[in-house]
Amino acid sequence: MKNKLLGLLAILFFLFSFVIFFKGLDKPTIYTPELQKNISLTNFEAKEFFSDQKINSNELFTKSNFYLVNIWSSWCVPCRDEHPFLLKLQNENKVKLIGINYKDNKKNALKFIEELSNPFDKIVSDKNGTLSIKLGAYGVPESFLIDQDKKILKKIVGPIDQKSYSKIIEILNETN
Amino acid sequence: MKQIKLITLIIISLLIHNLSHASSNNDLENKIFKNLRCLICQGQSVYDSQSDFAESMKIVIREKLGEGMSEDQIYFYLKEKYGAWLLYDPALNKNTFLLWSIPLALFLLGGAIIIRKFVVLKKTQ
Repeated sequence: MKNKLLGLLAILFFLFSFVIFFKGLDKPTIYTPELQKNISLTNFEAKEFFSDQKINSNELFTKSNFYLVNIWSSWCVPCRDEHPFLLKLQNENKVKLIGINYKDNKKNALKFIEELSNPFDKIVSDKNGTLSIKLGAYGVPESFLIDQDKKILKKIVGPIDQKSYSKIIEILNETN
Repeated sequence: MKQIKLITLIIISLLIHNLSHASSNNDLENKIFKNLRCLICQGQSVYDSQSDFAESMKIVIREKLGEGMSEDQIYFYLKEKYGAWLLYDPALNKNTFLLWSIPLALFLLGGAIIIRKFVVLKKTQ
């Protein structure tokens, strides 16, 4: 009787482990925690991309708009994939785009926006990548949709695709 | 002559002091790097990783140490941005309760089984 019970427990344990690991196969290997509620974008100081002049985040963000802060780089291949969506968002009246050029060579970055067109209202440079860390970014590309109070409404880790683009439009339309 | 000796002694003691200060700062830096998960290569710590984001995080941590932040303040600062997931040594709270208690419970259970076996073995002898 005791041996039967132990055997049954072993089979149940095996099945339980199998289900857990099998389900784990479908999960993405890069884990990104859920965005904590009511987090605002921190204030920062950075160099303006074109002029190299110091600029404060308060000068970048005004109370009248939503902003999409996009971290990009010319060496980042997925940044090319999301570029058409950024260009589409540029045509939206409610949102302005702020680019953060991450650890890039200026010549290459200029070539990149010359070739694909510049969707950004303003671009700041992040030469050593510390600005992106201070903003809580995970990688390139990454985007933060923020409201007039600089509250982060949505964080998109990885390139913007059709799904995340539609979500951004939905959020913009919701907040009339 | 005496003055030269005194100045040399002061310079040497200052150098030794600076060197020991730098090495203790390095030790603290490394301790923090080792306790943080790399954002890109998540199986590695920031200390082990050579990824761009890990390198940038190292710069931020050095900056914060330079500003006078303590180890715990740095963990709190990064936790605010990335969540407790970033830490390899998460604090005990309701979300991490099982993480901390299961190994302890298994250890106690294993110990109890071993002791019981010994008691049974002694009795049969």
